[in-house]
Amino acid sequence: MVETSAKKRVALVGNPNAGKTSLFNALTGLHQKTGNYPGVTVEKSEGECQLTFQKVDVVDVPGLYSLTPVSTDEEVATSVLLDEGADLVVYVLDGSNIERNLFLFSQLADHDLNVVVALTMTDILMRSGGDFDIARLSTLLGVEVVPVIPHKGIGIPELKEAMERAIEDPHTLELDVGFPKVVMDAADRLADHMNRRGIALGLREARCVLLDEHCTTADRFRDLPEHIAAIEEERKAVLGASGQGRTLDAQARYAWAERVRKESILPPQNKKRSKSEIADAFLTHRVFGLLFFLGLMYLVFQSIYTFAAPLMDLIEAGKTALANWVSPMLESTPMVQSLVVDGVIEGVGSVFVFLPQIVILFFFIAVLEGTGYLARAAFLMDKLLGWCGLNGRAFIPLLSSFACAIPGVMAARVMPDQRSRLLTVLVAPLMSCSARLPVYLLLIGAIIEPKYGPAWAGFALFAMHFVGLIVAIPIVFILNRKISKGRRLPFMLELPKYQWPKWRDVFLTLTSRSKVFLQTAGTIIFAMSVLIWALLTFPQAKPGTYQKEYEALSVERQSQISEDEFAELRQREDSALGRFGRTIEPVFAPAGFDWRITTAILAAFPAREVVVPAMGILFGTGADVDEGSPKMVQSMQKATWPDGRPLMTVWSSISLMVFFALCCQCMATLAAVKRETNSWKWAAFSFGYMTTLAYIFSVVINQIGLAVSK
Amino acid sequence: MSSQEKVLTSKDLRTGMRARVAGVEEGQELCPRLLELGLLPGTEFRVTKVAPLGCPVEIDVRGYRLCLRKSETGCLKLVSLEDQEEIAG
Ligand SMILES: Nc1nc2c(ncn2[C@@H]2O[C@H](COP(=O)(O)OP(=O)(O)OP(=O)(O)O)[C@@H](O)[C@H]2O)c(=O)[nH]1
Ligand SMILES: [Mg+2]
Repeated sequence: MVETSAKKRVALVGNPNAGKTSLFNALTGLHQKTGNYPGVTVEKSEGECQLTFQKVDVVDVPGLYSLTPVSTDEEVATSVLLDEGADLVVYVLDGSNIERNLFLFSQLADHDLNVVVALTMTDILMRSGGDFDIARLSTLLGVEVVPVIPHKGIGIPELKEAMERAIEDPHTLELDVGFPKVVMDAADRLADHMNRRGIALGLREARCVLLDEHCTTADRFRDLPEHIAAIEEERKAVLGASGQGRTLDAQARYAWAERVRKESILPPQNKKRSKSEIADAFLTHRVFGLLFFLGLMYLVFQSIYTFAAPLMDLIEAGKTALANWVSPMLESTPMVQSLVVDGVIEGVGSVFVFLPQIVILFFFIAVLEGTGYLARAAFLMDKLLGWCGLNGRAFIPLLSSFACAIPGVMAARVMPDQRSRLLTVLVAPLMSCSARLPVYLLLIGAIIEPKYGPAWAGFALFAMHFVGLIVAIPIVFILNRKISKGRRLPFMLELPKYQWPKWRDVFLTLTSRSKVFLQTAGTIIFAMSVLIWALLTFPQAKPGTYQKEYEALSVERQSQISEDEFAELRQREDSALGRFGRTIEPVFAPAGFDWRITTAILAAFPAREVVVPAMGILFGTGADVDEGSPKMVQSMQKATWPDGRPLMTVWSSISLMVFFALCCQCMATLAAVKRETNSWKWAAFSFGYMTTLAYIFSVVINQIGLAVSK
Repeated sequence: MSSQEKVLTSKDLRTGMRARVAGVEEGQELCPRLLELGLLPGTEFRVTKVAPLGCPVEIDVRGYRLCLRKSETGCLKLVSLEDQEEIAG
């Protein structure tokens, strides 16, 4: 039964990187991720679009090269198109690469679909001196063609009108690609043969059966031996001994596509090397290519370190001002005052401070993704990654993981074989995501910079981001031997033309990312801050409890710490959290972590950002805080082991940073690993191997440090 | 075209070289995808770049850029068209 009142469904289909998601965003007003490389979209996403007389559902899917999927993202797209079905297909046709884009279009004609074409990238074509003839193209394709430039909104109203017309008055796409006469004659005979025996077989299906043994229609005859002979006979008649049906099929389609292109598109006239080519000659140069890549990364992290400082100071000042403003108002209830000032403002504020750096990092990643450089990086890295058993394409999900591992884990869907995909999913969480940034910045700012200056501090930040990448290489190498071998499929990557990033898209990415970050700060970090504060405040010791203990300290120790400070410290140690932390302390002591760091680490397992507020609250505030640097930094610098040895040395802070670089402290990532691999086993494995590595590395580093500084 | 043609293996691919697909082995594993991407008997292409470690290579085929590992072109029979060093220099 057909429900006429139901909302119509429109699917956006096309080659990878043709501009489907850009168009989806323009039609629905949503902000799905776009980027200038094939394989940005790996899931279907749905939205609503208002036409003149009705609302329709729009579905964006991953890009396809053909209707025969080879990877998971392609399966998602073909199943939307062929299994779920759509009332209208908007075929997104890349005007700067029309011939290959028409191959898939010609396949749509085999599936009784109602199609409208949106022609994108015409601005690129025009800029290089090319031109196009819409009327001609429309005649040749037998459907309406609307030129659009999605990110500028050009052509969108016209496209909506065309969509509405096609929905009101549906036509199935009919295309005469011009298969050779022998093929069509044989298909005719075969269809006739079957029909006479009471088996329905259309001409198109018959052609498919003849040219492709893997055709879905061919499956119908698998168990009917009496018909297989007839099929084989016709197949021989058409293909001869070679049996290369798919070649014949592709040749016919491409010949048609070439004719259409020649008749409707004037190719780029500039015979000079394009800017894209000149840039590429340098960016993927044998020597400069890799140097450029490293240099670029260095620049990114150095600038995160330096550019953000003034903004960070501003937020820090705001936080102090807020605390100073709120504090007197709560004077009458010290417990509430402590909760608000030492718990909430300190906790949530300490993470807030790192918003500028995270925005800068996301900015760089968005620019890398928007220009098309990412695909080049994959091209450069394929051989290197190939040695350890990974496909060069893995580099794209891995680089994206520097922003956040979750999209990185999902992006592994583009990997053409299941083994590479699994390997990529397993190592993507090792890449240093933006949530680790605050930890590095906190420790580098507190311990490394005062000692070695800002240039080394920037370098340290750069180096920390390579720890995960470098550790990933042997991991992949080892896992690759353990994981059972699957089908191995090719690298085959299309390099898009360089483009300027779409600044509006970059801006939208930044705002949505900042929102996510602030939401985490407002929810999980807020909750954990209150919890840590409470566990650290209770049970309360009576005043004067620690007086005797203080008096028993050596004179030297007494000169380091005042009685009040000592009492506060001891109170924390005897609190619920303190007792717990001190029980676990021996486990982490070899890595150079005392009970406070240990507790902070444990608190950070649900989400690693929590470590920053946890340390802020745990280290508390000394009475005599100087102006200038944040109190948290100062109390960390002053923290000692009970015997007075400084707690945070250069070595122990490196040990702590490496721990965070390698440890899997993110529930959301584990959930994503589970979803993508369909098994808790691999999620548990990720958690186990990363945590073990983190522990081993930090112990080794700290022990080296102890040995060296003796 | 009557330019001097010689059979190529993928190892011979150099930047700037022009080549033509003379035939394909459809039965091989990677072949269907190459067909779908437009590498068919008779298709000409130009090698635009070779990655720093000698592999993969980037080719200009049908007006777009495709990267392939040399080992992945095994199902294509290639012949060289005359070298055109238009990219070098
Ligand atoms: N100049 C120009 N750029 C465009 C146009 N349409 C899309 N783009 C850009 O092309 C790139 C690819 O766009 P997407 O919308 O991500 O492409 P997609 O088809 O969704 O790609 P996949 O999800 O990877 O299959 C982005 O950088 C867009 O900004 C256009 O008409 N003109
Ligand atoms: Mg997309």
